[in-house]
Amino acid sequence: MKPIATTRSATGVPTGRLAIWWVLASEVVIFGGLLASYLMFRLGHPEWAEAASHTNTWVGAFNTFVLLTSSFTAVLAHQAAEKGDGKAAAKYLVLTIGGALTFALVKAGEWTYEISHGYTITANNFWAFYYTAAGLHALHVIGGAIIMGFIAFDAYRGKELQRVELIGIYWHFVDVVWIFLFPLLYIAK
Amino acid sequence: MSETAVAVGHDLHEAHDHHGPTGILKYIWSTDHKIIAMQYLFTGMFMGLIGGYMAYVFRMQLAFPGINVPGFGQVSPGEYNALVTNHGSIMIFWVAMPVLIAAFGNYLIPLMIGADDMVFPRINRLSFQVFLLSAVILLLSLFVQGGGFGGAWTAYPPLSAVAEYNQTDLGSSLWLIAVALEFVAFLLGGINFITTLMNSRAPGMKAYDIPMVCWMIVIASVLFMLSVGPLIAGAAMLLLDQTLGTGFYDPARGGDPILWQHLFWFFGHPEVYVVLLPAIGITIDVIATFARKKVFGYKMMLYTAVATGVLSFFVWAHHQFIAGIDPRMANVFTVTTLLISVPIAELCFVIVATLYGGSIRLTTPMLWALAFMAEFLIGGVTGIFLGASGADIYFHDTYFVLAHFHYTFFPIAIIGTFCAFTYWFPKMFGKMMDDRLGKIHFWGTIIPFNFIFIPLFVLGMGGQHRRIYNYQHFPELATDSMYNLRQIATIALLVMLAFQVVFFFNMIKSWINGPAAGRNPWKSTTLEWTTESPPPHGNWPRDELPNVYRGPYEYGHPDREEDYWPQNEPV
Repeated sequence: MKPIATTRSATGVPTGRLAIWWVLASEVVIFGGLLASYLMFRLGHPEWAEAASHTNTWVGAFNTFVLLTSSFTAVLAHQAAEKGDGKAAAKYLVLTIGGALTFALVKAGEWTYEISHGYTITANNFWAFYYTAAGLHALHVIGGAIIMGFIAFDAYRGKELQRVELIGIYWHFVDVVWIFLFPLLYIAK
Repeated sequence: MSETAVAVGHDLHEAHDHHGPTGILKYIWSTDHKIIAMQYLFTGMFMGLIGGYMAYVFRMQLAFPGINVPGFGQVSPGEYNALVTNHGSIMIFWVAMPVLIAAFGNYLIPLMIGADDMVFPRINRLSFQVFLLSAVILLLSLFVQGGGFGGAWTAYPPLSAVAEYNQTDLGSSLWLIAVALEFVAFLLGGINFITTLMNSRAPGMKAYDIPMVCWMIVIASVLFMLSVGPLIAGAAMLLLDQTLGTGFYDPARGGDPILWQHLFWFFGHPEVYVVLLPAIGITIDVIATFARKKVFGYKMMLYTAVATGVLSFFVWAHHQFIAGIDPRMANVFTVTTLLISVPIAELCFVIVATLYGGSIRLTTPMLWALAFMAEFLIGGVTGIFLGASGADIYFHDTYFVLAHFHYTFFPIAIIGTFCAFTYWFPKMFGKMMDDRLGKIHFWGTIIPFNFIFIPLFVLGMGGQHRRIYNYQHFPELATDSMYNLRQIATIALLVMLAFQVVFFFNMIKSWINGPAAGRNPWKSTTLEWTTESPPPHGNWPRDELPNVYRGPYEYGHPDREEDYWPQNEPV
């Protein structure tokens, strides 16, 4: 039995949605601090452009496309959940998880190639930021995909459908972080 | 240790707790906000004892160099560094935050806003479990090969980043992991506090009807959440420097050690207000109750606290005046730092104005509240010297700084905690504490406290640098008069620690056979006093949760016979 506290809504915003926005607020400052540090370094070290030129823009662009598409299926899942269609919501969530897996696999291949060519995390500070920022983002992708699995499982049986929207909000955030990372790490050469 | 202590205290709950796990599991696996509060409280107290023990050991070494410290033995330089580092870390991250924010936040917020629990009880439980894990890792880090981390709680690289320099390969990484886990615990708890206050208030409770202590804990949680992010990123970078050998903070490889200082203090300074605001909230609630008077300027106080929080994000570089930052930047940060004394002074004036014309009752909690004001004022005023870059260049890293921040943190973490503990003890345990023993403990803590740190101000002005293991190696700092002052401070510490026995005796004695408290022993107006002491699982019967009709400080209303008007009483 849920506590009465969980069911109240003095602000008019459902508690789960309110909480997920606060989670995102705390995430924004984590990535914000990391990217601000990177930007300060990058502006002070024009020679990092040379290191950055070894990143593969096309692989990055493909992953951007994969992640944006998975956000689209997350929206479709939300739409299905709004209509009360748990089975359809679960289906779209599974598609979103598929996007996450594709993203992670491409990333793994990309990193293997780079590491085997000597561009390791200790090569220089550009690569240190490259692996730290993208790695932190990848952890969010993997963690989000796992949670999404649980939510899809519940949604399939028609339970806790409001969570489909919450994981969708989180998933858009993961997407937005990547939208920052892609130009900063891949395009700026 | 915490679980057993909680178990003893909560057998009173047994009759009411019908759901969830039973037996001992109830106390370590409960989602009840009150039990989680107790877990935080007793873990925090236990860590406080360890932090106090550490202070005892290194103060003995400082006053009597080379002494065989009873209960520890000879202190080596490495051990000394580990002791001071972990004393600081423990007192801030494992005492001040868990007790002031997590314990009292968990206990008070649902009760004071008339809810039956936090909005996310299981996340609340997870938050404590992560916190407990962080505490265990920190304590273990003291016993690994090479000893505990000794690079100060600020952990500046390259000292903290390179094992060759700090000589504590494993200790420094474990310390960092423990701190990072503690941050995770407080992010989980903070989201709970914020959403609970925003969404789960009793019907009729508007924003300005919320008791000040709830506001302050929630504002502190927001501050923490918004300031800690960059440091989490920075800690990940430091951990990579330590373990994989990246060069984020290594200038030889294009990194920058000052980057850590920025990330650390961007968190570190708001952190002061993260723990200060709950202590002020506690103080104002206690003062309103025992002055029997409405808080002077509720809204002004609330806006002032928010203004303090906003300003606290723009002062961090005053910790770095001698780190080679641009002097023009130092001027900017001097101005913002001195500006922040304005809202803090305002908070003090609000408290004084609340006292003015009140009908003051000098109970033990009231004494602690008044002492908080008096002692914190000294900490605040000496901060002005350090905020001004001209003076700070001379005072930097001396005992003047150390005495200054102990005059802020001691009132916050120790006086604030005792104030809250003695005030809400009747609610938490259903028994009254012994007032006479409480006052003995009060004076036995406050007087020695001043005798510890006033000599340290003098020593700091005399040029005594921090982080020195044995002043005998520095002839100009090893004069007889300086050693006298050091010994006064150490002996005062021993006296203060001895008086804590009175507190624990009083706590246990009152817990076992103190007089029953009843629902509302202080004749207070807020909602937590309308339920049984201690409150049952769910706080009120499920269909009798209170409604709110007025603000939290309706004392001495002219139209009423009683001098207080509870928030839940219909007109």
